[in-house]
Amino acid sequence: MISDPFTWFGDLLREFLVGLGLTTAQATGLMQFLGAGALATAVLVLTFLLIWVERKVLARIQDRLGPNRVGPFGLLQTIADALKLLSKEIIIPSGADKVVYFLAPPLAVMSVVGLWAVIPLAPNLVGTDINVAAIYLISITAIGTLAIMLAGWSSNNKYALLGAFRTVAMLISYEVPMVLALLVPTMLAGSMGTVAIVEAQREMWFVVLAPLAALVFFISSMAEAGKAPFDLLEAESEIVAGYNIEYSSMAFGMFFVGEFLHGFTLAALTVTLFLGGWLGPFVDQYTWLGLIYFFGKTAIVYFAVIWIRGTLPRLRIDQVNAFNWKFLVPLALVVVMVTAVADKLAADLGWNRTLTMILANAVMFAGIVVSVQLYARRERRRIEAAVPASAGTARLESAS
Amino acid sequence: MTPVQGLFLVTALAAVLSAIMVVTSPRLVHAALWLIVTLAAVAVLFILLDAAFLAMVQIVVYIGAIAILIIFTVMLTRRVMADTGPQMNRLWWLAAFIGLVLFGALVALLAQMPSWWTATPPAATESFELIVQDLGLSLVDLDRYIIPFEVASVLLLAALIGSIVLARPPADDLETGEGE
Repeated sequence: MISDPFTWFGDLLREFLVGLGLTTAQATGLMQFLGAGALATAVLVLTFLLIWVERKVLARIQDRLGPNRVGPFGLLQTIADALKLLSKEIIIPSGADKVVYFLAPPLAVMSVVGLWAVIPLAPNLVGTDINVAAIYLISITAIGTLAIMLAGWSSNNKYALLGAFRTVAMLISYEVPMVLALLVPTMLAGSMGTVAIVEAQREMWFVVLAPLAALVFFISSMAEAGKAPFDLLEAESEIVAGYNIEYSSMAFGMFFVGEFLHGFTLAALTVTLFLGGWLGPFVDQYTWLGLIYFFGKTAIVYFAVIWIRGTLPRLRIDQVNAFNWKFLVPLALVVVMVTAVADKLAADLGWNRTLTMILANAVMFAGIVVSVQLYARRERRRIEAAVPASAGTARLESAS
Repeated sequence: MTPVQGLFLVTALAAVLSAIMVVTSPRLVHAALWLIVTLAAVAVLFILLDAAFLAMVQIVVYIGAIAILIIFTVMLTRRVMADTGPQMNRLWWLAAFIGLVLFGALVALLAQMPSWWTATPPAATESFELIVQDLGLSLVDLDRYIIPFEVASVLLLAALIGSIVLARPPADDLETGEGE
């Protein structure tokens, strides 16, 4: 019981349900429903804490105190905010498409909560171990994009529609490098199931075997979550608030919750796919340690997410798209191909897998540095050539 | 009737009804939303057939693309929030005729299958990994689907290049437009 509390509790619950007169199959089915409900509730309750953490850390980065009035350290601030939101009137803009208008917020939350179904939290503790989990992740993300489009369209507001257009353009673009980077752990583990991917990292975490893929995945999922510097879907200074401008009360609250939870979820996904998930010392003897390892690693990655958000300014839409299509997508394509070839070569020729992969990634990294330098040089030349003739020649002469 | 058969009937009915809604709903965005229901119902049918991989791909490729479809709907139609023009044009009888012919052809094809009336299809004996592996191999096998697969790829590439050419501003705009 001490070593594996999750299996023990599951067996206990099943015995109890069978004792009530259910068949084993019915008990298993009921437990799946209960498990799904418990997981979704736990994740949503966790969001209360996450919003507080994000506000507090951001405040410290900006040399402020952050929430500090309600409860110890301002911990209950989020609950007070939620209660206030609940007491507000739900306003339906005139000309809005009512059904679609109220369909969008739950879809946005569902698309984030749904991702947790395949994230292994500890050994023997996973929502469901489906063998197409990688594709499941992508398809659930696609539904989130859809929710934002629906919200923007149904609000009957130009700002909302513009925000939704931007968002969809960005989300669809960043899905490409994300999916390509997702292929790398799938290839290294030889399976699309998240449990198998975590198990395959026992020898070596994938972040060591494929650091570039991990970076590409992290950056593009930051964009998928709409975190700064990719938060132009709700650029307050340009389009007021973007797709959720017309929403009030808990309808807005749902978008808010979904967005904050998405930041933590992307950290959890990065940990699962590249940082070994629940793996750590003594995890086989005491499985509950896996929970601590998993959430510890996730907290560290989540801190990096907030850190980046607090540090970098917002990008323009053309910069965001150019960065994706001219840099991330080609890089992801190269990473996938090189990883496939290097892994196969290492397996066939009996080379050390870790060393081979690190070498391959070092070569690719050198290639990136050289090509970015060449691009920057060409871009400087182009700008200098475009400057009015006299100033341009003067600068060129002094440069040569 | 087993629960699975009941589930099949409900999903199939949902797929057909929402497909009818796709072509009859007056607002284009609503049509796109009904299309989601149709595609999701087909994904459920795939799951009932033990083809989880196909079901997931169905959701990624088709339902994931609905958001883009809505964008094009909004950009390509006038006053999309209120536009309810006539839904039929003069050629509706031709479209109905072609639809009927296609449906008849499909039914005729299905009727040729030996196990058409027997309720139990041959059970999938292989494991999931083997089935997906077989799917992947059949796409690069010269005797099976490599030619349709490559033709589809070339078609998509042509569409991509075509849309870039259409969206690209004329050459003289490019030179003056970009120098900052």
